[in-house]
Amino acid sequence: MTLLGELALRFMLLSMVAVGGGATVLPDMQRMAEAQGWLDPATFASYYALTQCAPGPNILVVALVGLHVAGIAGALAASAGMLVPSSILAYFAAAGWVRFGDAPWRKQLAAALLPVVGGLIVAAGVLIAEAAALTWVSLAITASVALLSVATRINLLLLLVGAAMVGAVAFQPV
Amino acid sequence: MAAPAPSIGALFQGFLIIGLSGFGGALPHARRLIVERRGWLGAAEFAELLGLCQVLPGPNMVNLSVVIGRRFHGAAGAAVAFVGLLAVPMVVVIALGIAYRIAPLPVAAKGAMAGVAAAAAGLMLGTGLRIAAPAWPHAGRLGVAALAFVLLALVHLPLIWVLALAIPVSLLVQRCLVQT
Repeated sequence: MTLLGELALRFMLLSMVAVGGGATVLPDMQRMAEAQGWLDPATFASYYALTQCAPGPNILVVALVGLHVAGIAGALAASAGMLVPSSILAYFAAAGWVRFGDAPWRKQLAAALLPVVGGLIVAAGVLIAEAAALTWVSLAITASVALLSVATRINLLLLLVGAAMVGAVAFQPV
Repeated sequence: MAAPAPSIGALFQGFLIIGLSGFGGALPHARRLIVERRGWLGAAEFAELLGLCQVLPGPNMVNLSVVIGRRFHGAAGAAVAFVGLLAVPMVVVIALGIAYRIAPLPVAAKGAMAGVAAAAAGLMLGTGLRIAAPAWPHAGRLGVAALAFVLLALVHLPLIWVLALAIPVSLLVQRCLVQT
């Protein structure tokens, strides 16, 4: 198989087990990239940090893995594998979900999903915090941003810019 | 509370903004815009659709763009939201990736990146707390949220197992609440 086909296929398979979304599938993705001999864990971590500092969903880290392996065509192949098949599936699943409209079991399931989702998103926050190096400065930033974003309606970009400035000053070179 | 459905142009523009402001992950920005600023969806429906996207395979935020786009304008809406969310950020990320491989980063930029990464975690925490907020007054539902959190973040169970355990428990709790 060509390298591009391999990239698309591997990321498609990964997307199919990516129940629960981006942050929760990161460990699997990093292991897969390492097992394929595509990139080492440190490089993967720095790519993930780069996508966090760029606009768009963090899942775009797949584009950087593809870029690393096979240039721009690789970035597109990896992204297509990761994003397109699962999106088509989501489209038809949503149609099914809506078709059952007001069926009692669907309402019960929706109500049951709500607290589970809340818990999982909070967990994803912890996983993302762990993916970055944990220091007192990073913990302080994480906690204050969490607090401010819940308690106030402050512009989220302002919080990120503030965190970038604090980080630029406070983090010591290693 | 829910405003009239967005036009297809407004849908594209909304997801373009979400994608462009999605530093540190797009979900916190998506909830802020869709629920709090534009009122396209109520908090409950947003959480329900997000729940659906989490159970489905694939990245949540991308699934969410497809599902919300479809909710308002069918296949065209889904396509418009998907492209709006991803096209520009994709170009930016690839450009950054190329630059990153050519030139090493100065120390201050590394520090700024670490700061953004820490803040991104905080935004995700805050969004989770807001989504879980309706569960707050009910000990049972709060317990379910805590269970899902512990299994994923502390026990490090694969997500599929977390869902397989937490959803049945939540259904049971739900049934008890309805009966009492």
